[in-house]
Formats: sequence, C-alpha cells, structure tokens
Amino acid sequence: MEAAITITGLTVDRGKKEVLHEISTEVDRGVITGLLGPSGSGKTTLMRAIVGVQLVKAGSVTVLGRPAGSASLRQSVGYLTQSPSIYQDLTVWENVRHFASLYGLGDEEAEQTISDVGLGEQSGQLARDLSGGQSSRASLACALVGRPEVLILDEPTVGQDPVLRDDLWRRFRKFADEGVTLMVSSHVMDEANRCDRLLLIRDGRIIADDTPAAVKEAAGTNDLDQAFLTLVRERDEGEAA
Amino acid sequence: MSGTILASTTGRILRQLRHDRPTVALVLLMPVLLLTLIYYMFEHQEQTFHRVALIMLGIFPFIIMFLITSIAMLRERRSGTLERLFTTPVGKLDLLFGYGLAFGLAATVQGVVATGVAFWVLGLDTAGTMVWVILIAVANAVLGVSLGLLCSAFARTEFQAVQFLPLVATPQILLCGLFVPREQMAGWLEGISNVLPLTYSVEALMEVGANPDPTGTMWRDLGIVVGVVVVALALGAATLRRRTP
Repeated sequence: MEAAITITGLTVDRGKKEVLHEISTEVDRGVITGLLGPSGSGKTTLMRAIVGVQLVKAGSVTVLGRPAGSASLRQSVGYLTQSPSIYQDLTVWENVRHFASLYGLGDEEAEQTISDVGLGEQSGQLARDLSGGQSSRASLACALVGRPEVLILDEPTVGQDPVLRDDLWRRFRKFADEGVTLMVSSHVMDEANRCDRLLLIRDGRIIADDTPAAVKEAAGTNDLDQAFLTLVRERDEGEAA
Repeated sequence: MSGTILASTTGRILRQLRHDRPTVALVLLMPVLLLTLIYYMFEHQEQTFHRVALIMLGIFPFIIMFLITSIAMLRERRSGTLERLFTTPVGKLDLLFGYGLAFGLAATVQGVVATGVAFWVLGLDTAGTMVWVILIAVANAVLGVSLGLLCSAFARTEFQAVQFLPLVATPQILLCGLFVPREQMAGWLEGISNVLPLTYSVEALMEVGANPDPTGTMWRDLGIVVGVVVVALALGAATLRRRTP
C-alpha cells in the first residue's frame, strides 16, 4: 500500500533563514507519528508543508498520492494549528458547526465531536470566554469534525489536564485503528511513548526516525528525554569532529 | 466556489456580527444619529439639508462597512483562522463573496433604516423614490466592503488597518462634490475626482434627487461603482495566498 505522506528533499526558507534542510521521510497509513523537537526546530513548518499552506523552496510533499495542498486533498486532511484558531466571537457550537458544514457535514457530527473533546457543557459559550485548555479543545474539534483521513495536530494536548490528555490519546489511537494517519507534535516526552513512530527534529533536520523503543535502544536508555539528549549530543560531537 | 460553503461562510460572518452587539448598534444607529445632527445643523436651510443628507446616505455605509470589513478580514488573517480555512475545501471566492454578501446584507438593513428615518422622520425629499437611494447606499456599502478586504492585506495590526480609513475615504469625501461642485474645481482636482468611485455614487444620488425616474447617468454611475467593486474583489483575491512564507 502506498504511504500516506511522502516527503522528498523538502527545503523551506522562512525570512532569509533556511529552516528545513532537505527533509525526506515516509509515513504509513494508520500510524501515529510523534514529531518531537525543541521550539524553533521546524516542527510547525514541516506540518504546514504537509497541509499545503507553506511556501517551499525545494522538494516535494505528497499526501495520499496527491501533491500537498491540492484541492481534492482538502476534504481529507485535518489541521490543528498550534495556537487555537477559532472564531472568538462565535460559540463553540457555531465554530464546530461552521467547520462541519465546509465538509458537507451537519449538526449530528458537530455535536458528536464537541462531546468527544469534552466540551459538551461549554457548547453554547462564546470562544472568547473559554479557558486556554478549552479553547484548544474547541480548535481540535474543528479539525476533527470533517472526519479526515490524515490528521496533522500541532501540540494538541498542551494545557490539558492529565485525565483529558489520556482521553484524547485514546481517541487518537482509535482513529489510527480505523485507518486514520496522525502526525502529532509534542513537547511532552511521555506522550511520545504512545506513538508508533517518532521523528526527532533539531535545527531543521531529522535526527532520529524510528519506533520509541528503537530510539531508546539506540541511545542506550529507557528514558526518552535522556535518549533525545544523547542523540543530540552524539550528533553535535559528530559535526564537531 | 460552492453554494453551501458560500452560504455557510455568509452565515458565519453574520453570526459573528450578531454576537457583537455594540457593532450592530453602531451599524444601525450611527447613520441615524449623524443624519439627525445634520438636520439640526441646517434647520433653516432646507435645500442644503436635502443635498447634504442625500449625499451622506451614500457616504455613511461606505465608511462604516470599509472599517468593519478591514478589521474583520485582518482578524481572519492574523488569528490563524484564514490559514486553517485554506486547509479546508473553502475557496478564495467563497470567502470574499461571503464577506461581500454578509456585510452587504447588513448594509441593506442599515440603508433601509437610515433612508427610512431620513425620509419619514427628518423630511428628506427627492424627486426619485427612496428605493433608488437605498440601492445606491447598498452599492456604496459593498464598495466599502471590497476596498476594506483589499486594504486589510496591507495592514499587519488593527491599529494600521484603521489608518487606511482616512487615506481611502477622506480624499473621496472631499472631492466627490459635497463641499465644492466638481465643475468648479481646478482641472487637476476634477481629474482626480474622476477616478474616485465615490464621485460616481454621489452623482447617482444627485440624479435621484433631481429626477423622478432613474436616468441613464444614474445607471452608468452605478455600473462604474459595481465595476470598481469587481476589480477590488479580484485584487483582494490576489492578496489571499493559500501558501505563505
């Protein structure tokens, strides 16, 4: 079966600086890929390239066999931006209902998705009156409501309490079991353990691309935080040498 | 472009407006209050009141809709919702026409209220019927919407966006024939006024003021305003980039 996402030689400039350097990788369908790396490493830029809103300098990104961002793909790709992008002057219900309608879906899907992200009680509240965590869940609902085949989620669990975070991850796993391809960026290493595969990014380069277990084994530690550090140091020493 | 997406976008923008009560009040009441002010200013100069009030019925919707649209579109660009919309099946034209339709509808309500008050309460009198006045007022509002959409592309903050209002509106108001009849202006000023769209909507309103039936000049002027709207929307579409740096 062909890969859900194929990236070949992707190079991106932001301003005068090159922020992604010839990135190549492939993501299979029905897999949760964790995108890890420090702030400014290029995670968001990579995700923007996959959903087709990033101007790229060189290379190609193919999603479900079509060039990223092509019109026919927009029906099948869901994107959650890092900061909640919802309409502050609409209620949760109105926000989710609007995004549902863009995919030709209706009230039923909107209501289901709102309750899936645990906002059933806040449905009638204006987005500007929500807490930070609620806001990002409302934003997540808008990305999920279209039932996309590929979900690109930029830090979906930031600011959520542990119970909700666990709940959201169970849901992501359920989507993957149903064949949805997920790419999730995160700062939280314990979340990385819940992914099928990890992409570690630093300074616009992939420094590790494997299962969590293999990444830990390669670094000779049981702790992902530590593994990440070891890999970064090894690489830096390699470059210095 | 898709019918359902356009309808959904229009509905969404109107819902946003509805949740913003102060703006709704501004849209509906401000023209009425300003017209009342003009009424008392020219209490003993009936002819001047008729002329100024008629022109103002065209200028208010232009200004208010320009302002509201440029801020609303700027928010869309800055808040991340535009980037997100561009990953969904929404087309650029769905978005632009959605704004045009939503604020055009709001402008129609505004036009009916302002024109109704001007005619029935303040005693404004025109040779033509008030239906034409409302039509021209709505065309002007849509003109404001289209220029606002375009200008929002050149502002990075709301603070900058409001600076476009004096830049875009003031020269048009000064040169449209409200203060000095256009034929009495210096040639170069009249030349400038000839390329400003508000000149034509004011001329169209004056035609309604002076003639019982729609004149050829009125239709031509309306055509020019609609033409400018189409050009501004096309330029606005060009500033909407799906892919950004």
